[in-house]
Amino acid sequence: MTPLAHSPHAHAPTSVSRIMATVMLALVPATLFGFWLYGWPAVYLWTVSLLAAVAGEAAVLRLQQRAVKPALLDGSGVLTAWLLALSLPPWAPWWIAVVGSLFAVIVGKQVFGGIGQNVFNPAMAARVMLLISFPLEMTTWVPPMSQLPGMLDSLAVTFGGTQLDAVSSASLLGHVKTEFTRGLDLQQALSGHYSPLQALWGERSGSLGETAALLILLGGVFLIARRIITWHAPVAMLAGVALPALLMNLIDPGHYAGPLYHLLSGGVMLGAFFIATDPVTSPNTAAGQLAFGLGCGLLTYVIRTWGAYPEGVAFAVMLMNAATPMIDRYVKPRIYGRTRKGDILAAQPAKKDAA
Amino acid sequence: MSFLSRLKPRGGVHPEGRKASSADTAIRAMPLQQRLYVPLQQHIGAPAKPVVRVGEKVLAGQLIGAGQGNISAPVHAPTSGWVTAIGDHPAPHPSGLPAATVIIEPDGEGRWIEADVPADPFALAPDDIAARVGAAGVVGLGGAAFPSMVKLDASRKSGVDTLIINGGECEPYLTCDDRIMRERAAEIVSGIRLMQRAVGAANALVGIEDNKPEALAAMRAAAAATGVEIRAVPAMYPMGWEKQMIQVLLGREVPAESRSADIGVLVHNVATAWAVQQAICLGRPLVSRIVTVSGGAVAQPANLEVPLGTPVQALYDACGGFNARPARLVLGGPMMGHQLTHTSVPVVKGTSGVLALTQSEIGLTQPAPCIRCSSCVRACPVGLLPLEMAARIRTDDLAAAVALGLKDCIGCGSCSYVCPSSIPLVHYFNYAKGELMAQARGKLKQEATKKLAAERSARMERIAREREEAAAARKAAKEAREAAAKEAAARAATTEATA
Amino acid sequence: MIVPLISLTVLGVVLGLILGLAARFFKVEGNPLVEELEALLPGSQCGQCGYPGCTGAAQALADGSAPVTLCPPGGRAVVAALAAKLGVEADLSGVKDAVPSIADVREELCIGCTRCYKVCPTDAILGAAKHIHAVFKEACTACGSCVEVCPTEAILLRPIPPTLQSWGWLKPDVQPRAANEGVLAA
Repeated sequence: MTPLAHSPHAHAPTSVSRIMATVMLALVPATLFGFWLYGWPAVYLWTVSLLAAVAGEAAVLRLQQRAVKPALLDGSGVLTAWLLALSLPPWAPWWIAVVGSLFAVIVGKQVFGGIGQNVFNPAMAARVMLLISFPLEMTTWVPPMSQLPGMLDSLAVTFGGTQLDAVSSASLLGHVKTEFTRGLDLQQALSGHYSPLQALWGERSGSLGETAALLILLGGVFLIARRIITWHAPVAMLAGVALPALLMNLIDPGHYAGPLYHLLSGGVMLGAFFIATDPVTSPNTAAGQLAFGLGCGLLTYVIRTWGAYPEGVAFAVMLMNAATPMIDRYVKPRIYGRTRKGDILAAQPAKKDAA
Repeated sequence: MSFLSRLKPRGGVHPEGRKASSADTAIRAMPLQQRLYVPLQQHIGAPAKPVVRVGEKVLAGQLIGAGQGNISAPVHAPTSGWVTAIGDHPAPHPSGLPAATVIIEPDGEGRWIEADVPADPFALAPDDIAARVGAAGVVGLGGAAFPSMVKLDASRKSGVDTLIINGGECEPYLTCDDRIMRERAAEIVSGIRLMQRAVGAANALVGIEDNKPEALAAMRAAAAATGVEIRAVPAMYPMGWEKQMIQVLLGREVPAESRSADIGVLVHNVATAWAVQQAICLGRPLVSRIVTVSGGAVAQPANLEVPLGTPVQALYDACGGFNARPARLVLGGPMMGHQLTHTSVPVVKGTSGVLALTQSEIGLTQPAPCIRCSSCVRACPVGLLPLEMAARIRTDDLAAAVALGLKDCIGCGSCSYVCPSSIPLVHYFNYAKGELMAQARGKLKQEATKKLAAERSARMERIAREREEAAAARKAAKEAREAAAKEAAARAATTEATA
Repeated sequence: MIVPLISLTVLGVVLGLILGLAARFFKVEGNPLVEELEALLPGSQCGQCGYPGCTGAAQALADGSAPVTLCPPGGRAVVAALAAKLGVEADLSGVKDAVPSIADVREELCIGCTRCYKVCPTDAILGAAKHIHAVFKEACTACGSCVEVCPTEAILLRPIPPTLQSWGWLKPDVQPRAANEGVLAA
């Protein structure tokens, strides 16, 4: 006998794999731009990331004697690896991608019990792990070049680990931080290295898929339109970066860069639209997501400006991930007919003389 | 700002309406079946008590079950015929368990009892209107089936300023309210005015979803110059939840654990207004209702006017049967209705729809792990955290679920509908609510048991004590006797010695 | 090397001393736990656990000499409540949820011996000598004491059939899809 089915006897046309697929679709423009900008090594790195994540997840699921296919088909592992790849230096060696992807899906996700159970965003956890463990490989950037290596030469870049020094450059955030230690002020540090238009379009050195601010914004807007994410966390995160930047810039423009510089550099755009909106590790309510996003933005700014690392998005997101259960505990929607505290609303009696 | 936000409906979902297939054809009369199965309980409250005997001849509209207790409603014969049996028959309930039912074999004549029609219905005293509504067995036809007289009486006594008529037929597929508003608007408006008089409400408002333009137009035409105001409300689910309707129309919020009458509002369904008009103006008790027969597997979806007690199988047959294999038969709407276990269950006063759905209409059912996407939080019209509550219930921590607001859940199913992981959230909630009720019953029984056990042990102790005391008394008496005998003997000896 | 060794030892001794003293000075007289546990038990004093009534069972639970699964009529609900109170993990796998039942006297076998009447802890059996006994269903807890003493096996525990009022939804039987299948899909 089939068990009695409970209502509702209808279901919205949605599923976890459909959500993941939509997010990946939203990442396609920024990813393709990254491929175009940094050439074949970027393609190889991205591919290695995805393959490592799938293989690692499958292996771990088998070890746990859990069904492999449904967990792989939900697409969350692939998405995690994709996001991680976008945050890596495009010419990083292959093993960076492998170690990062395995760490993301195994330690970042499966160890917690699989999809939906992890406390930290797996991609950001892996990025932080890589940044701390392999600082050199993780901060060696390439400038966008007119002369990119060919398909075969690129194999040597990704898999051979050669010629990196010849092309290495600093990311803008790292460059500014270094120049500050040399006693230069912001104007001098930025001269010749930064133009807002260029930053908006994304033609600069940086992570594989973090530079194209406009294309990331396009993907984010697409996700909001498809109701996969809401505007709360991204807008709050951007505000969390922009507001202190504006304030400090007004106080001392010689030392503190303006909001546009901060919004368009590093991983802020990708973080705001694709990382801070990770459903698993962000709060449940709109108000909670605003608080979460604001926290991510503020911490990013603080780490960038006064911390040891030039970029702070991954750290900021992880810190706010840790705060998510607390936010969820204190920020709850008001229940109909009750006050925020859960007490019953006072009744308004009938209006006897209402006309 | 706060005023505007109060008028805005919270949460909710926009399921595909799928109403067109049944909305565009006129209401048809359902042909009479060979047997009608009229349950004695078609309402919330105490079941009616049968007042007819097996073999008795009844007329249409004749009382066959009398309401008993404060919250109950009488039941009437849907047509003329003979009572062939009074016994158990599967009830229109998810369990499919049997319930007391009067089985009537129609004679085909459809002769009515003599109707008691007042000369001027609008001159009736308010309490007389409520009494007539009660005697006609009218209950809420929106689905809840709460006896209407009880609501009218309570509202008259506590005082309400606004009567709201709920035309927010938000369940997909269902169009019975839409059709009745299009075809019987004048009767509905009369019913509204009668109810308005019965409770002394200054205002009467009809809220109709804006996806029913024909119904809106028909009702506006009928309500012109009657003081009854017709208003369009946004089409969404669950617009028909009365507290949502009140909020959207009046901007007033009903406190938790309270009824709408506590803030001076009485809400009735449009079909109920029609039933009230029939009861008062024609003297006809509630013996039939409009039922939507729809779903992808039904050949000719339609709205039928069905005598109560008609088995649902007959409804499918009257709509051309199935043209596809139905994956699930549903009584009511797809969001809150329940699966049919037998097609022999009868149509009752609260039956708004009978559906036959195909698998593609039902959609995904295989649950996957929660990804905390909080779609359910956004969809909940009450402002609950369905994902958190379900997680607590899954680990049997019902107390935590209650602390999160389980008892405020209205079971609308919006959360389950939107869940990308297809987690049966509302199933968890209804399981937990049933479990809490069972626990409360168990606790009552445990207390009674303890009391009985304590009384028994007290009695046992008393009996033992009494027995002991009796034994002690006997012993004492014996000793006293013996002592007396000894003393007497001793005294005799002494006297003897002295003598 | 020697300094941390000494300092840690001293620290350990001092803290241990404080804990020991605290245990002595803040000792709770009597054991309120027994009463709390007894309140959770069904209270019919049926003795199926093997202890003298529910107080005895509560005492044994508080001592730790009885498992939380000791009460057959209580079912899973009582096990869960006891486990929560005692802060232990309960193994619910072996506990059958007591199907709500009542004792039912088969009239054709009853000889009116009154033995059941005498042992019933809740006075749920009506009748007198040489009269067929009947069960007062509101008071019966299905403890089974009467079943054991009946010389003619006239008493059975029968499950109470669910009614429209008592019926409720079963817990949805879902495990996450990944865990559900449990087999390797390779």
